[in-house]
Amino acid sequence: MNSGLRRIYCLSVKELRSLVADPILLAFIFYVFSFAIYQVASGVKFEVEAARVAVVDEDQSELSRRIAAALLPPLFKSAENIAPTEIDPGMDRGRYVFAIEIPPKFASDLLAGKKPSIQINVDATAMALAGNGAVDIENIILQESASFLRGDSSVASQPVNLVVRAKFNPDLQSVWFTSVMQVINNIAILSIILTGAALIREREHGTIEHLLVMPVTPLEIMLAKIFANGAVIVGASILSLFAMVRGVLGVPIAGSTALFVFGAILFMFSVTSLGLLLATYARTMPQFGLLALPVIVILYLLSGSTTPLETMPDWLQAIMQFTPNTQFVSFAQAVLYRGAGLDLVWPQLLAMAAIGMTILALCRSRFSKVINAM
Amino acid sequence: MSAKGAIVAELVNVSNFYGKARALDGVSLALPAGKMIGLIGPDGVGKSTLLALVSGVRRLQTGEVRALGGDMRDRSHRAACAARIAYMPQGLGRNLYPTLSVFENIDFFGRLFGQGAAERAARIVELLEATGLSSFGDRPAGQLSGGMKQKLSLCCALIHDPDLLILDEPTTGVDPLSRRQFWELIDRIRARRPGMSVLVATAYMEEAERFDWLAALNDGKIIGAGTPAELRARTGQPTLDAAFISLLPPEVRGDHQRIVLPPLPPDGGGYAIEAENLTCRFGDFTAVDHVSFKIRRGEIFGFLGSNGCGKSTTMKMLTGLLKPSEGQARLFGETLDAGDMATRRRVGYMSQSFSLYSELTVRQNLRLHAELFELPDAEIAPRVDEMLRRFDLTEAADARPDSLPLGLRQRLQLAVAMIHRPEMLILDEPTSGVDPVARDSFWRMLIALSREDGVTIFISTHFMNEAERCDRISLMHAGKVLAVGAPTDLVAQNGKPSLEETFIAYLEAAAEPDGAAGAAEFRASAATLDLKPRRFDPARLWAYARRESMEILRDRLRLAFAVLGPLVLMLTFGYGISFDVENLAYAVHDQDNSLQSRELLENFSGSRYFRQKRDIASEADLERRLASGELKLAIEIPSGFGKDLASGKSPEVAVWIDGAMPFRAETIRSYITGISQAYLAEQYRRRGLLSAAAPINIEMRYRYNQAFKSVYSIIPGVIMLILMLIPAMLTAVGVVREKEVGSIVNFRATPVTAPEFLLGKQAPYVALSFFSFLLLLAAARFLFGLPVSGSTTALILGAFLYILATTSLGILLSSFLRTQVAAIFVTAVVSIIPTVNFSGLLVPVSSLSDAARRVGLAFPCGWFQEISVGAFTKGLGFATLWPDLAILCLFSLVYQLCAVAALKKQEA
Repeated sequence: MNSGLRRIYCLSVKELRSLVADPILLAFIFYVFSFAIYQVASGVKFEVEAARVAVVDEDQSELSRRIAAALLPPLFKSAENIAPTEIDPGMDRGRYVFAIEIPPKFASDLLAGKKPSIQINVDATAMALAGNGAVDIENIILQESASFLRGDSSVASQPVNLVVRAKFNPDLQSVWFTSVMQVINNIAILSIILTGAALIREREHGTIEHLLVMPVTPLEIMLAKIFANGAVIVGASILSLFAMVRGVLGVPIAGSTALFVFGAILFMFSVTSLGLLLATYARTMPQFGLLALPVIVILYLLSGSTTPLETMPDWLQAIMQFTPNTQFVSFAQAVLYRGAGLDLVWPQLLAMAAIGMTILALCRSRFSKVINAM
Repeated sequence: MSAKGAIVAELVNVSNFYGKARALDGVSLALPAGKMIGLIGPDGVGKSTLLALVSGVRRLQTGEVRALGGDMRDRSHRAACAARIAYMPQGLGRNLYPTLSVFENIDFFGRLFGQGAAERAARIVELLEATGLSSFGDRPAGQLSGGMKQKLSLCCALIHDPDLLILDEPTTGVDPLSRRQFWELIDRIRARRPGMSVLVATAYMEEAERFDWLAALNDGKIIGAGTPAELRARTGQPTLDAAFISLLPPEVRGDHQRIVLPPLPPDGGGYAIEAENLTCRFGDFTAVDHVSFKIRRGEIFGFLGSNGCGKSTTMKMLTGLLKPSEGQARLFGETLDAGDMATRRRVGYMSQSFSLYSELTVRQNLRLHAELFELPDAEIAPRVDEMLRRFDLTEAADARPDSLPLGLRQRLQLAVAMIHRPEMLILDEPTSGVDPVARDSFWRMLIALSREDGVTIFISTHFMNEAERCDRISLMHAGKVLAVGAPTDLVAQNGKPSLEETFIAYLEAAAEPDGAAGAAEFRASAATLDLKPRRFDPARLWAYARRESMEILRDRLRLAFAVLGPLVLMLTFGYGISFDVENLAYAVHDQDNSLQSRELLENFSGSRYFRQKRDIASEADLERRLASGELKLAIEIPSGFGKDLASGKSPEVAVWIDGAMPFRAETIRSYITGISQAYLAEQYRRRGLLSAAAPINIEMRYRYNQAFKSVYSIIPGVIMLILMLIPAMLTAVGVVREKEVGSIVNFRATPVTAPEFLLGKQAPYVALSFFSFLLLLAAARFLFGLPVSGSTTALILGAFLYILATTSLGILLSSFLRTQVAAIFVTAVVSIIPTVNFSGLLVPVSSLSDAARRVGLAFPCGWFQEISVGAFTKGLGFATLWPDLAILCLFSLVYQLCAVAALKKQEA
């Protein structure tokens, strides 16, 4: 076994040298873990923030002006006053997600107790914002109308005071979430492509044949690929987490770094194995690219790192539990945001290890079949 | 054509460097026209570079090269010449397309040279007959033997009647019979077209002997030029071989003596290899047919045979790489077990094609193998140095193998096979492409290994002088062993003058009649070529498009991935992504447990958005279960809640939300708002109070999607996503793969221009992706019930333009990247990140930050999203969508222009 480890080490060094030999690839790995994280984390907001609202104010009363003025950052970009005819083209072009139409005599009808109508147009194709944003706008209008009616701006006391607080990310800043999830998604993209392509390259260049006449087992070849590529990616992602996520983006990291790194290593092991497994189903690089891409995108979008798992049908949620990404996303959220310890996250760690071992075993059994089919 | 003068090409003071390594050093040389010109010299002296410069395939660094009466620096002259020069690169069939048949390969070249269908057909028949390939017209090039590949390459080079035929080591790795047929073919062609000049690089001196004129190169310099007779006379040597060696500077000459093989000691060392009825079948094809032989320990056993006769397959079975279909092999007396590590340590193997790591340097390759064979640490460095010295690789020690000529690469492979001092060497054509001096020193080494160290050597070769140095040889043909014996015995038995004649006699006797050299005369057709180069020729574009289509149609797996991938993605995302967050896990910490508190909680338990978990026991339990992610929200009701409520004290209820995922948290918050409003209204009503809420009526109008169904917003976006990912990936490996495989040389050596090449490679994938789009459209309509509410024409046109843009993006990446790995990775990143994040797939573009918005606009996906959503759900048509359509056109154009700029016609 000792000499087996040594061989794995030699082969890993070889893998690293192969990686270093492609400077464009290295530059891209750097880009992916630095600027790409920044771009996405700072640019993309899922919650209602800076949503574009237009107001058609045909009332021109104090109330209508108060409503428009209450649509404030951070939830909304300051409301734009537009003419009624501008609603359709504006929404067609996607310039506004919401357009509020305040009819003439809205304020005076309210004072007269005539129960006037106000219309909120919602671009329902912008699902992420539409639902929550509409509720927010509704609340603002109700509050403003109520205080206008009472003639003051104080909040009336309610029979029950429901105090809603968010734990772990009190201001619900999406940059906290998006940045870390981007790191995870990029780990998955890189691991699958680098290890899988490394295997295909050996087959296309005939070097695998050379390895197999030497005292090296297929398992050693696979493990070397996993270790070498895994080490680079774990290294890059941890650097990215500290320098970019914590340093530049200023996201606080609550939990234990060591625990996170341990989890990242297990995750890496299972995704790199997945890359190898995919590579055994493809014969050439173009085939591998076409096979890997859908797998990556599915893991990217459905692992809970982009949209909540709770949005998916139960059967799909159940299937996704068997992917390393879903387990790691839930692990990372628990450790990094909620400061969870080993006592809470061991099930995910166990799941990732089990998934990785299963994939590797599958891979090992396919390996010899594939080699004989060359 | 030779009327232009007696010179076909001229080099003046040409130097060429690869990095710091110098390939050519101030070479000046005039090549006579209408002659057969040979370039001879050891490996790595610049022969290939010189040929590449003359053909215009490689960019000239310093000096001047004139060919066919013009300056090769001049782009328009090169374009004009392309149709008159034929260039056949080094390596067995590197410029062929393995999945295309023999006929289709030649046909492709005919199309590149603008020949009509009738002309092509006539020429192909002629060439196939002349080369004896007629009965193999339908066989894929990848399944041809080495010699047949070389003949096919030659056919491809000759299809357009070149005035200058440039052949880089055309007979390396080709068996003697095929080699003889090859040169006879060239002679016939020359007899018919006396004006044609042929420029050949070769390592075979016997071949050079029959050339009209020779230039000898060493170390990037010309060391002699003239007819073979002149060279012999000048040096006073009897043979060209000897003449060449005496032209070399003394330090390179080495101790050139005749190689003698001491007799094999008759001791009974037993057998190293015993093969019994070894048989290997691939499907119906029997590659090796009941082969038996025994090799004694310490013996040098030569394996001769025509190309593709099963030599390599037999060797692979002996190394354990292939499982025999029948029969068995014993190594050192023990039945071969493929998994046995101990046996592997005793064997050194060198495969026919280069199979070392091109991304490691020569020294790193040697080190890696020494380490894998577990040489003791202290021994590794000296052993690596020793091998470098022995194989004369010291100067190239820190170079990467791709930058080395074939001969040096072969030596490296040999050094690797021998680094662990194996007891047995299995060498598959180790000396193909290695120059005579190096070959001799290599044989001296083999003989020493065999006679002094008792190493058994099993070697295949096409060189007769090497076969003569073996203790015994075996002749193989079509999977069967024809004869085994000592070389001298075999010659004596057959009464032929030499081993070569003997060998050819055996092969001719065994060969199928149709495999023999075509007796048909090669009739030179009148050149009907339009020699004026056309800047853009649709026929050449079509040639590439047609070839690319044939390749993808035959690659069933890739086709399946390309068509099924999008459908799988559509189904997964169509059913998987939505914004209807439901079944959120929550639990209650009810410290009051009164009628009133239960009433409040009923509002939560009755909601479809929430799913209740077991009650929270304590403050710590609450913390723990939120932290583990089990609960998404927790409700805490203080004791005394019921009392306070009844006495109008406005008690406080705390709701904790897991904020780890902000979108989910916000959604929960808005659900709670809804629940609390309903609850409060009820409370007011009960107390007979007027609701604090203002008496207004809020009308929500969910536009474009009245039912507020996620599918309506997701499906158009998913189509945008898929049509970016798959088409870009389809084209992204296209060009870069040709660079890796070597067929890019056809782009460099033929008149095809960069736009023709790129568009031709793109066109089939545009068609395939468009087909895929139509499938997606049908799936959207019939599976997800999403009709196109706006203009279908605008949507279809938009999709077409979008596919054009995304395939162009793939082509652009492919033309500047260098490896397939990088192409796949970069394409994945460049297509996934902007489509998912910056194009309005999940987050509306209007709420992106300005910087993110600009990123989105810099890719075609954001623009198509407008078209897709606009046409599907917003009911829009051309009137609104024309700017997006126009911009998509612009994307294709810009990507194409950049790709053309990035792809250089000449190799740097």
